[in-house]
Amino acid sequence: MSGIPHDHYEPKANWEKSLQKRLPIVGLIYDTIMIPTPKNLNWMWIWGIVLTFTLVLQIVTGIILVMHYTPHVDLAFASVEHIMRNVNGGWAIRYIHQNGASLFFIAVYLHIFRGLYYGSYKAPREITWIIGMLIYVLMMGTAFMGYVLPWGQMSFWGATVITGLFGAIPFVGDAIQTWLLGGPAVDNATLNRFLSLHYLLPFVILGMVILHIWAFHTTGNNNPTGVEVRRTSKKEAEADTLPFWPYFVIKDLFALAVILAVFFAIVGFMPNYLGHPDNYIEANPLVTPAHIVPEWYFLPFYAILRAFDGEVWLVMLVDFLTAGIVDAKFFGVVAMFGAIVVMALAPWLDTSSVRSGRYRPMFKWWFWLFVVNFFVLMWAGAMPAEGIYPYIALIGSAYWFAYFLVILPLLGVIEKPLPQPDTIEDDFKEHYGKDDGGHGGVTSPAASPAE
Amino acid sequence: MLRKLAISTVTAATLALSSGAALAAGAAGHVEDYAFSFEGPFGTFDQNQLQRGLQVYTQVCAACHGLRYVPIRTLSDEGGPGLSEEEVRAYIEQNFIEVYDPDLQDWRAATPNDNFPMSSLENAPDLSLMTKARAGFSGPYGLGLNPLFRGMGGPEYLASLLTHYTGSEREEFGAVLYGNETFPGGYIAMSPPLWDGAVEYNDGTEATVEQMALDVAAFLTWTAEPALMARKQMGFTAILMLGVLSVLLYLTNKRIWAPVKARAKGQQPAE
Repeated sequence: MSGIPHDHYEPKANWEKSLQKRLPIVGLIYDTIMIPTPKNLNWMWIWGIVLTFTLVLQIVTGIILVMHYTPHVDLAFASVEHIMRNVNGGWAIRYIHQNGASLFFIAVYLHIFRGLYYGSYKAPREITWIIGMLIYVLMMGTAFMGYVLPWGQMSFWGATVITGLFGAIPFVGDAIQTWLLGGPAVDNATLNRFLSLHYLLPFVILGMVILHIWAFHTTGNNNPTGVEVRRTSKKEAEADTLPFWPYFVIKDLFALAVILAVFFAIVGFMPNYLGHPDNYIEANPLVTPAHIVPEWYFLPFYAILRAFDGEVWLVMLVDFLTAGIVDAKFFGVVAMFGAIVVMALAPWLDTSSVRSGRYRPMFKWWFWLFVVNFFVLMWAGAMPAEGIYPYIALIGSAYWFAYFLVILPLLGVIEKPLPQPDTIEDDFKEHYGKDDGGHGGVTSPAASPAE
Repeated sequence: MLRKLAISTVTAATLALSSGAALAAGAAGHVEDYAFSFEGPFGTFDQNQLQRGLQVYTQVCAACHGLRYVPIRTLSDEGGPGLSEEEVRAYIEQNFIEVYDPDLQDWRAATPNDNFPMSSLENAPDLSLMTKARAGFSGPYGLGLNPLFRGMGGPEYLASLLTHYTGSEREEFGAVLYGNETFPGGYIAMSPPLWDGAVEYNDGTEATVEQMALDVAAFLTWTAEPALMARKQMGFTAILMLGVLSVLLYLTNKRIWAPVKARAKGQQPAE
């Protein structure tokens, strides 16, 4: 795979040869684990492993939770309390699963920002990017449905608001909403299908993750310089890369251990910090919470959804031009989903021939503004939709779209990129080959017969 | 890039709270930041306080409120009020605790395996999870820093609510509402439930309103989070083990990469 010349699996013993002839699974695993990886990857390339681990963590804890959970409107809330009180270690499993969702989204956002900064989405990695975006959308769906299962107040009202978005679609909206809910309102049928899908989708994600890994193993990893690994000879390829095992596996496991230490600090000492207190009140269709807010990881998109209200001239114009078919509500829904669509189209919207933001002096500024804007939107999404907050959300939403639809296409034309290193080997030497000024070079012995 | 993103992550986690406590308690009034024994990473429940809180709950709150998710037997669990099994049975008997049995279609005396009864008054909320379902601290500016450093503030909210009645009354749709500085909106349907000496503590502690409020808040923190102490223990053990693992992996990583980095240095063309 990956077109990078490297040593392939050579079956030696007779049984290995005969197995390889019939089912080349050992060879497949070997080539996957030993894939030549650019040696200059920095610490932002650890999130893939973190995400894979979190997916497995969520599936394992989720399977255990389902054994004790009852998907019924009268029993669901009590069955979660049963897990928290009567199931051995149930509280730990449930808190890990609950906070695991937050770990998942922190990691995925960092993973996405990494891709956006270093141009990992650019040719030839567009398919990897698109699959990644699909995984992200599936994650959002899975997390949303999982949040409904404890059947607390926020579960119920969050489900009501979000499924209500589909009702905003012109002509067919009501029918779609009813079809999704399995009835006129969020009720037992909704809870049952959400559990079913919440159990199914992680396995779809798992399949997509395999495709995601397959895709970037075919093109090879991107790296902080964005310069491709030399494929002209094995010697040159080896100067640019190192096998994934053990160099990157150990590095990633170290990062994972540190991240898990932080994760368990949250699970152990403040497991409800990222949640909403209202979700410890059983769902009640007759009592609406004062503020309905989604989980933190949805807030930027929630802000975009609410930003386009009926007072924005663009919304009024569209409303007028479509004779009221696209009203403010539907406009908001389109904007919310559109925000993800434009991000998925980044490979075709970015016209710059340079991959890495490291060598793009103007892009850098716009990128960091985009990151800041992401947090501003998150904050605006949590605030009540009154006073100055809708304006902040509107400016933030406008920048989100401008970044992908205007800035990325234009920058490629007007920006003068900085010189890039010729090879990854050069970049690596640049970084580590300098004379030892500071950090403990004493430990590295001069003679190093590694192989 | 790295450092900035690390900062962003912290901000993200912090901002996350704005979705939670910040808004739930948005309308809540004055919440006193009481100190509880179970706060902080090493905080534990004070068993005497839990027993006093159980007494306040039983003699005052239980008249209207219930604890429908709490099995009575857990009163003898480790990390809880720590009653012996005989004491739990005696507790049921002395307080005439009855539960509705759907099989008998009638009320019967509770057994330790039953849950506490449900609220007997329709508009009295169940108290099992009350300290987790309310947040006392929020902000500032929706950033979630207060709950990060001071905790979510559920127990503090509850204790404040019980101690901050203003004494004023108001009638609304034929129901009397009582002025309260903590309750969102300023008026609450529950009449002031505590007065000095409302309970005679078995351990001889003086039963001031504040003392009873703190004790019952502690007890209801236990009912909401019975595994609180085990949870903190798990967090501590996990951090310790993952910390050691991190150090070992760090050293392994450094060792593995040392020759690669040394080679990069060695091949530097001498100029």
